[in-house]
Amino acid sequence: MPSPRDIDPSTPAIRFEGVEKRFGDNVVLQGLDFEVARGDRVTLIGPSGSGKTTILRLVMTLEEANEGYIFIDGQPLTHTDEGGKRVALKERHRNEMRKRIGMVFQQFNLFPNMSVMENLIEAPVHVLGLSKADAVERGRELLARVGLVDKEDAHPSSLSGGQQQRVAIARALAMDPEILLLDEVTSALDPEIVGEVLEILRDVARTTDITMLIVTHEMHFARDVSNRVMMFDGGRVIEQGDPETIFTAPTHERTKSFLSAVLGT
Amino acid sequence: MSGGWNWQHVWDSLPTLLEGFLTVTLLVTVVGSVIAAVLGLVLELLRRSAPAPLAALLTFVVNFIRMTPIVVQLMFAYFALLALDPLTIGIVVFGIHYATYMAEVYRAGIDSVPQGQWEATTALSMSRGRTWRAVIVPQAVRATLPSLGNYVISMFKDTPFLIAITVPDMISNALRYGGDHFRFTEVIVVAGVIFLIASYPTSVLIRKLEQRIAFTT
Repeated sequence: MPSPRDIDPSTPAIRFEGVEKRFGDNVVLQGLDFEVARGDRVTLIGPSGSGKTTILRLVMTLEEANEGYIFIDGQPLTHTDEGGKRVALKERHRNEMRKRIGMVFQQFNLFPNMSVMENLIEAPVHVLGLSKADAVERGRELLARVGLVDKEDAHPSSLSGGQQQRVAIARALAMDPEILLLDEVTSALDPEIVGEVLEILRDVARTTDITMLIVTHEMHFARDVSNRVMMFDGGRVIEQGDPETIFTAPTHERTKSFLSAVLGT
Repeated sequence: MSGGWNWQHVWDSLPTLLEGFLTVTLLVTVVGSVIAAVLGLVLELLRRSAPAPLAALLTFVVNFIRMTPIVVQLMFAYFALLALDPLTIGIVVFGIHYATYMAEVYRAGIDSVPQGQWEATTALSMSRGRTWRAVIVPQAVRATLPSLGNYVISMFKDTPFLIAITVPDMISNALRYGGDHFRFTEVIVVAGVIFLIASYPTSVLIRKLEQRIAFTT
């Protein structure tokens, strides 16, 4: 398997091809095609239930598509087409693909049985094979980056929601992901601490070339960090473009009504 | 056999009662608990990961053990394995019997670990083995400590059944003393009090342990 560094930069980081996802009889995504170029920051907007979070969960392999294919760096993620037949790929392959992808969750999902530092070094040591000393050093750098240097021995339950989410961001970055998925990362936070989390993500966006796929209700944040916004409704992309255009001059009626509802204009 | 309470019998029987308590009752409880706690976890993990036929067999065996009295199991093992000494048989049977209950406790504990924890391990590409060892089991065990502790106390109180396989525990020593002196009331009361004195600190100890290894809040 070629390492991400050897891949032709014009290969999209993420590509969906005819993806369909159903939960029982409920069709969440249907015939979905889209691409995210390497280094792109794409925000998915749209009413709840429009399938935005499902897209992130499909990329993280937390859910499996019922139809269609997802490619990461041009390589199939969970299923491949073999002479017109849709074939599931083995767990070993999926796990190799996963290593390129990180995710930050709405509910943080830190490991409560581990200290902050243990949370940060668990996967680098046991998945990437870093030495403990190297992982701790990197962990400290990341804690400095998210403004929590003095918290490495703290337990997650002693931290505020905003602090926990900052640790979760550091934990995802510790794996040096090529793609970062942000799933409503500020939705569980008190309004006054949303800013501190978003500021860190702005900094990550500024200082790295990580491809980001973002689901958020923070439209200012979406506008600041993303170079493309995709408006979802009923499991389809109904409109997309650069944030300036989408937020100031949307063409689709659904986009207009959605934006006026969330922006309160 | 009548004639009021005689403190002399309390003091005279105490050494043999305490000897039975320390060398059998306590020993079987402590070693039996360790076996039950470890084997119970192994049983539950096997039941979850083994191929369906083996998992079904395990479920059957677990149910069989849970649905038959421990006295019957003690006597069966005693007569079937005459070569082994009764104390060893007692420890192993108590360990296995309670392992089947603790397996059920672990099942509930594992189910109580939030879905988000599993998802985080996937997002970090952690292996199945590492996910269980580093994330799921530590959290499940913490969630189950109160129930596990209650089964330890329950096992402790079941140890008098050892009399059925001639192990000289505290109660059989009490009965022997009673038989020798034609006085049973005092020794049985003393044995009961010793159980109480031991159970209560044990329950306190378990609660302390729970607090000590609970997640810092």
